[in-house]
Amino acid sequence: MLRRATLDNGLTVLVQEEHTAPLASVWCWYKVGSKDERPGLTGVSHWVEHMNFKGTTNIPRDQVKGIIEQFGGSWNGYTWIDQTTYLETATKDALDRMLFIEAERMANGLYHPDDCESERSVIISELHGGENDPDQFLDQEVVATAFKAHPYRHPTIGWQADLEAMTRDDLYGFYRQWYVPNNASLVIVGDVDTDEVLRRAEHHFGSIPAKLLSPRQTTVEPEQTGERRVTIRKPGTAAYLKVAYHVPSVHDPRFYPLLVLDAALTGAYGLNLWSSFRMPPPQRSTRLYRALVGKGLASAVSGSLMPTQLPFVYIISATATAGTPLSAVEAALLDELNAVARGGITPGELTKAKSQLNARLVFENDSVTNIAHQIGYFETIAGVDVFTNFRTRIAAVTLEEVADAARQMLTESNRTVGWFDPLPLDRGGNVEDAA
Amino acid sequence: MTQPSLVPARSTLDNGIVVLAKRTRTTPAVTINIAINAGSICDPPDAPGAMYLLSKVIDRGTTTRSADDIAEALDIRGISLGVTVTRHLFSFICTCLADDFQDVMTLLGDIIRTPSLPDAQLGTRKGEVITMLRQDEDNPGVRATESLMELLYPRPHPYGRRSKGTVDVIENLTRDRLAALHAARFAPSVVTIVTAGDVDPGESLSAIERVFGDWKVPPPHSPPLFHLTPATSRRRVDIPMMNKAQADLAYGYTTMRRNDPDYYACWLMNHAFGQYSMSGRLGDSIRERQGMAYYAYSTLDANIMEGPLLIRAGVSAANIDRAVASIDEEVHKLVADGLTQKELDDSRRFLIYAMPRALETNAGIANYLQTTEFFELGLDYDVRVPDLLRAVTLEQANAAAHKYLSVDRATIVIAGPYQR
Repeated sequence: MLRRATLDNGLTVLVQEEHTAPLASVWCWYKVGSKDERPGLTGVSHWVEHMNFKGTTNIPRDQVKGIIEQFGGSWNGYTWIDQTTYLETATKDALDRMLFIEAERMANGLYHPDDCESERSVIISELHGGENDPDQFLDQEVVATAFKAHPYRHPTIGWQADLEAMTRDDLYGFYRQWYVPNNASLVIVGDVDTDEVLRRAEHHFGSIPAKLLSPRQTTVEPEQTGERRVTIRKPGTAAYLKVAYHVPSVHDPRFYPLLVLDAALTGAYGLNLWSSFRMPPPQRSTRLYRALVGKGLASAVSGSLMPTQLPFVYIISATATAGTPLSAVEAALLDELNAVARGGITPGELTKAKSQLNARLVFENDSVTNIAHQIGYFETIAGVDVFTNFRTRIAAVTLEEVADAARQMLTESNRTVGWFDPLPLDRGGNVEDAA
Repeated sequence: MTQPSLVPARSTLDNGIVVLAKRTRTTPAVTINIAINAGSICDPPDAPGAMYLLSKVIDRGTTTRSADDIAEALDIRGISLGVTVTRHLFSFICTCLADDFQDVMTLLGDIIRTPSLPDAQLGTRKGEVITMLRQDEDNPGVRATESLMELLYPRPHPYGRRSKGTVDVIENLTRDRLAALHAARFAPSVVTIVTAGDVDPGESLSAIERVFGDWKVPPPHSPPLFHLTPATSRRRVDIPMMNKAQADLAYGYTTMRRNDPDYYACWLMNHAFGQYSMSGRLGDSIRERQGMAYYAYSTLDANIMEGPLLIRAGVSAANIDRAVASIDEEVHKLVADGLTQKELDDSRRFLIYAMPRALETNAGIANYLQTTEFFELGLDYDVRVPDLLRAVTLEQANAAAHKYLSVDRATIVIAGPYQR
């Protein structure tokens, strides 16, 4: 059973006992992500995340390594548009150490100038590694095209010019602005005693002062009024297509019919960002797989409908098979989308989609780490009730709701189309001379 | 800390299929992991990539089910079936709800025993594989690693071949050729089935007996093992990929077989060198101290034949020479001065105490049991492995570094926007 407590400084603590393995997973979530960055500081939240592994007042830089490892544990963190999070999973006797680390991270980060400078090139290397992948590069361009005003438009890793210009003071200022207990949730799942966890959380975090939070950016993305297109012409060996539509946030009741629609189009990927990387969706009988992969137009197709705090985009991606023009892939894809916008899905598709989503709920909550992620993720973006009520909400989705969602979302004026149309390469990775 | 003890139920069917079943109750689900000793090592010499292509088409029709039937059977249950090919194993892996276990095992039996390999499906899957090969050509990480393996394992050694094959080979493979390969390589004597999840081991065994018990096919010939001549000099190959934002660096050696007595010493040595925490000594130097790369690590893949130790890093073109020099320096220091006792103890403690995490999920348990069965490590391996690690001395770990690593015998490949 999930138990919630709030410390006097505003820190939310969520504890769930799971006695299936002698493990505990601790996650500390902050309600800050790349949507909270202002122009010129894109990428700051992600860079701050990196800096928060570089030592604290009471964990010297050279002693960061080993604290969790001595308990066989793993640790990590990630940043996305709405959130930044840190985790440790280790044997349960590491619980107090894990809480200590997270309290230190919240209050006592060092941000040594040399470490800030060294990490600049690490992050630019991470950015370049992503740019090496044409699919990832196109994704970034499509999102930037679909949004004109809202900060969801810039990539979480940031634009390179901003990463080159940012200073240590920018990083530390952002850290001090947002890393406060009244902007955080601490989630503990595992072979633990809830009362003891709450006592230890109070011990480690109770003295960290709350702070008045800065006002958030309030930009609302204006309604899209016509199709947008972006075409990347760079050297490469494969062609990629992405089609994006603005969609409601997870707060909106229309999000659930859209999940069902996505399952019917490309297969249910589930809702766990942390675990969904492990297992592709069941999709061979879906509409877009049959129309694109089944007919040899694409080697892969996928859909990405993520639960987000504010309205984001639903992105359908396809990789054209060698020799297939992107125009043919796009035409086939849009035919299918137009058909579902006109006629909705069938009762059989509704049943299958719900079955898939329910199975994924089981599969993606198979470890203390995954369960803790889901509790913290939804608490951060919408409230944990969204997670605990998910099965009920999916069960209630009707054919009519899916048809309405498809009709409203899958319009030309709500669409952004992206092509990565490769220029031919010679053996050295140079563009072949067209002459 | 009390170590976990899996104690799976192990049985052998009359036809030779080995069954390992472990009951867990974490979730109402079960992972099925079926491994057949028919990996890419079984590719015909003139058709590298044949087993890989077979893996792409084998689940697209059987003598009693169409591709659509199979798709529906999987999708309605929320199952994504993974069919993968490694050097030695052809694997079918999926997780299903426990209530679907019987039906899914029946489906897997059909796919494994009686694939129809329809020509239409084969044509479509060829298009997918060729597209993947084209994508690999534009991927610096793949290019660097595959080229390094070709250098470390020259022909005819199978570890040096691209498991996906080549466009020419894939285009020319026929249904009959794949069917013959399936007939020659798929047999109960080389099959291990692991189930891990909320299914009673007795129920698991009876389901497998029902589906596979009457499968009678003679044992296949064992694929040949190859003798390896380790590198005797330093080699370096640069692959210019001027359209890329940064380069991938692959640096490596051939090492040992999994059953080599040195294995545990080498495992610990590699862990301290390129795995521990933020990737051991390599990560400390290249990422943490010098800020040159987002990743820098090493892997040890001891296998049936002598596997590689690979060092990998992603670095900007401007830092390539510095990165190579830094790796050289770390290799040299490791060989000349060895690890410290603390480094060895830290890695040892981590590996022992990490076992509960590795064995927390059904998929993790199933994978672990397949590995222990494949390398004949014994049903009590999870209980014995802490002592095997504790028995390694600092001298043994350092001797492993001295034996397998040398700056003068390193093979290096750089793929990316770089030309010397």
